[in-house]
Amino acid sequence: MSRRPYVHEISRTAWFFKRPRYMRYMAREVTCIFIGIYTIILLVGLARLSEGQAQYEGFLAALRQPLSIMFHVLALAFSLYNSFTWFNVAPKALPIQVGEQFMPDSVVSGAHYVVWILLSIFILYWAI
Amino acid sequence: MSDNRLGARQVELEVLRYNPDRDETPSYQRYSVPCKNEWCMLDALNYLKDHIDPTLAYRWSCHMQVCGSCGMMINGEPKLACKAMVRDYEGVIRLEPLAHFPIERDLVSVADDFMDKLKRVKPYLIPAKPKTLEEGEYKQTPAQMQRYRRFSMCINCMLCYAACPEYGLTKSKFIGPAAITLAHRYNLDSRDGGRDERQEEIATNEGVWECTFVGACSDVCPKHVDPASALQQVKVASTVDWYLEHFMSWNKK
Amino acid sequence: METFKADVAIIGAGGAGLRAAIALAQADSKIRIALISKVYPMRSHTCAAEGGAAGVVKPDDSYEQHFHDTVGGGDWLCDQDAVEYFIHEAPKELTQLEHWGCPWNREPDGSVAVRPFGGMKIQRTWFAADKSGFHILHTLFQTTLQYPNIQRFDEYYATDLLVDDGRCQGLTAIEMKTGQMRRFQARAVIIAGGGAGRIFPFNTNGAIKTGDGMALAYRAGVPLKDMEFVQFHPTGLPNTGTLLTEACRSEGGVLLNKDNYRFLQDYGMGPETPLGKPELKTMELGPRDRVSQSIWHEIQKGRAVKTTWGDCVWLDMRHLGEKKINERLPFVRDICISYLGIDPVAEMVPIRPVAHYMMGGIHTDLNAATSIPGLFAAGECACVSINGANRLGSNSLVEILVFGHRAGLSALEYVRDQKPGNDAALASQGEAAQAKLRALFMRDVGKESIAGLRKEMTDTMGEGVGIYRTAHGLTETCNKLADLRRRYADVALHDKTNVYNTDLLSALELGSMLDCAEAVAVSGLERKESRGAHQRLDFTARDDNKYLKHSMAYYSQTERPRIEYRDVVITTSPPGVRDYSGAKK
Repeated sequence: MSRRPYVHEISRTAWFFKRPRYMRYMAREVTCIFIGIYTIILLVGLARLSEGQAQYEGFLAALRQPLSIMFHVLALAFSLYNSFTWFNVAPKALPIQVGEQFMPDSVVSGAHYVVWILLSIFILYWAI
Repeated sequence: MSDNRLGARQVELEVLRYNPDRDETPSYQRYSVPCKNEWCMLDALNYLKDHIDPTLAYRWSCHMQVCGSCGMMINGEPKLACKAMVRDYEGVIRLEPLAHFPIERDLVSVADDFMDKLKRVKPYLIPAKPKTLEEGEYKQTPAQMQRYRRFSMCINCMLCYAACPEYGLTKSKFIGPAAITLAHRYNLDSRDGGRDERQEEIATNEGVWECTFVGACSDVCPKHVDPASALQQVKVASTVDWYLEHFMSWNKK
Repeated sequence: METFKADVAIIGAGGAGLRAAIALAQADSKIRIALISKVYPMRSHTCAAEGGAAGVVKPDDSYEQHFHDTVGGGDWLCDQDAVEYFIHEAPKELTQLEHWGCPWNREPDGSVAVRPFGGMKIQRTWFAADKSGFHILHTLFQTTLQYPNIQRFDEYYATDLLVDDGRCQGLTAIEMKTGQMRRFQARAVIIAGGGAGRIFPFNTNGAIKTGDGMALAYRAGVPLKDMEFVQFHPTGLPNTGTLLTEACRSEGGVLLNKDNYRFLQDYGMGPETPLGKPELKTMELGPRDRVSQSIWHEIQKGRAVKTTWGDCVWLDMRHLGEKKINERLPFVRDICISYLGIDPVAEMVPIRPVAHYMMGGIHTDLNAATSIPGLFAAGECACVSINGANRLGSNSLVEILVFGHRAGLSALEYVRDQKPGNDAALASQGEAAQAKLRALFMRDVGKESIAGLRKEMTDTMGEGVGIYRTAHGLTETCNKLADLRRRYADVALHDKTNVYNTDLLSALELGSMLDCAEAVAVSGLERKESRGAHQRLDFTARDDNKYLKHSMAYYSQTERPRIEYRDVVITTSPPGVRDYSGAKK
């Protein structure tokens, strides 16, 4: 008799239930869907705006529906989660070396948070 | 010294067995092994082989976390058997060969694919400026060495491949964490000039773009090499390359 | 039987084997190289070396100094022409590795940094933190990947050499993944199979270090030289035997007895040097044989630290501080925490001497050639000899490079004028090797267990052939080993599967170990003097009149080995006194 390597098939749909770290990864990935949908809604709003005031008023009215508000709250929560997870792993993609040492991860991700907060304040200031 | 290390207890091991001469599919076999608390899982396996079942097949050598032979799944996590301490586990401990690799026999997995991938990424110095021995060593400051040092610590234990779902889901098409990290290690080396050659292999769909940044590779790496970091750095650098090439064509080398 | 043809076959893909393969591939892109190893190259035990590699490179150093340190350290049993060649090649090899990408530690100006090491009068040890061997091995392995004419045969276990017409022309090996025997027909064979530390109960060596390469040559008629010289490294973890590099001491760690007294000053290695300021070639930087022997004496005097794992002394590194330990000895710290639960930053580490390295091995000349034409050897399995009666730390990583390279070039030169062999004769030798293996494999139940015989072997080696030896102990061990070799014929094989049969592999490795162990014990019994690592309580002095000679053990299938002697090559350094006292210098 000779070799007969056994290949274990991986479930393509349920593999991420096997380990908590895979679940966390999927959570990060799935939350981006909401950001995507929100972006589409925003684009639709722009299209309505270009079509005239009445159309845009209709779009705004639709946004005030309870379902829509629920979606936006959810989308905000998920996009926050998504942002946090990405900021926390940012130091892996952008390590900053100073002399022989690398800057601590907290500095790199901290910088992301700082820029984020400043940008948010800036936008809110102009929006209000 | 904490005293709990000096005790002993009976440990239940559930080991995946597969004998290609005899078995259609692998199955678990239960063993009860008297273990000292100071033992690592490899000591338990060695006791098992010497005193209970000499037919069990597994790889090991150095027993000091550097040869990379004894990688296996312990309770579903990729671990070096010489680094996983018996005292850190309770109840029945399940031992399986590394996930995502074909099983040759028992705890021995087929490593051919990994070896091919290592070779493919050209993990050797392609000197930017060749030098003769008479000219002495290349100068490299501690800071320049520090730039790639972490990525040179890989012991090729393949735990990161067993942790990487992309490697499993692509049926091992993905070049994978360790090999890409090694390519990146040479790309970062101040003495090296071979990046363009390596990019042809790693900045591809089977290369770094197959990675979705699960990050499991870095979680399980016994040497803290942080392959996930290396792969993201390769993505950033490759993206910069792409922009330079497409929007700043005068910048081309 | 499937046959592979190559110009040169290399057995073993650790540092020496890989270096030989690269030397061949670079010298001639047409030559076909078969690199055969029982493990993947990265698993070879070179990876476990920690401290570094010695080579004269700094302006305050000289070849003469390295020569004298090595010859004196070896208690004048080194062949001085070999040492001469070795020290001159050393810096070239280390620079070559640098050119291949080895991440040596650096000075701020970018030049290679060196560290002090035991028995060396000048700092000359190139290092990559405390993973020097690991980086050397991986650099070499990765470098081989660019040469298409190096064909690797990973996880093939060599069983027999094919010797026909008076010359070595290949080997047979078991392909582990199929369990099938393969024949390698080659015009030259290089053995780079590593040492045999696993013959001892308490050792730093990986499971693979079972002396297979030594046994191959030995059984084919090549003598094993100076096998009685076994290095006991002073600082092993008391439970697992894991190596704590000599760099622990060269960076400033000290050895203490139970009264926190630096006892080395009582054994000709004093006076005490200031804490944290190690001085070269004295106290904790004495040579390994002397330091291990001093620990033995401390234990005899009842001044040892009692632990669950036996009598120990302390290795104290606390004063080095966390930063230095992390920078220079990170692996040591990891290992202590993993296996002992002790952090050397905060606590003293109990240590005891542990079998580490075989100075002896396959007898070769300066060209790495053995007495069989076409058969070469390099690395720990070989004995050139540059290590004499005691190897200095950081010489072995250079030895694998210098003599691996030499073996490659010698083999190349040799194969150029070789005519093809007699296929039929080689084929029938291959069949015979296969038949022998099949007989072992197919045999019904034997009486002896592999693990049982192995335990008896290591126990008797520990008792009779330790740091200090006596005629009585050695005789008992020799008798015991002769008995074990007889009983080995009745060893039981439980695993009858072809694929990856580690039971079969263990049985074959046990055979290699028994042969090597017997060569060690009998050579030790016959050498009635104390020199370097071979210390006899019944012959306490060095005897240059009778024993300034290499012992040569010749294999016999049924009897104990025949021991002959061969003159040591002395060129410029007549035997003198080994002085490791600091004050007089």
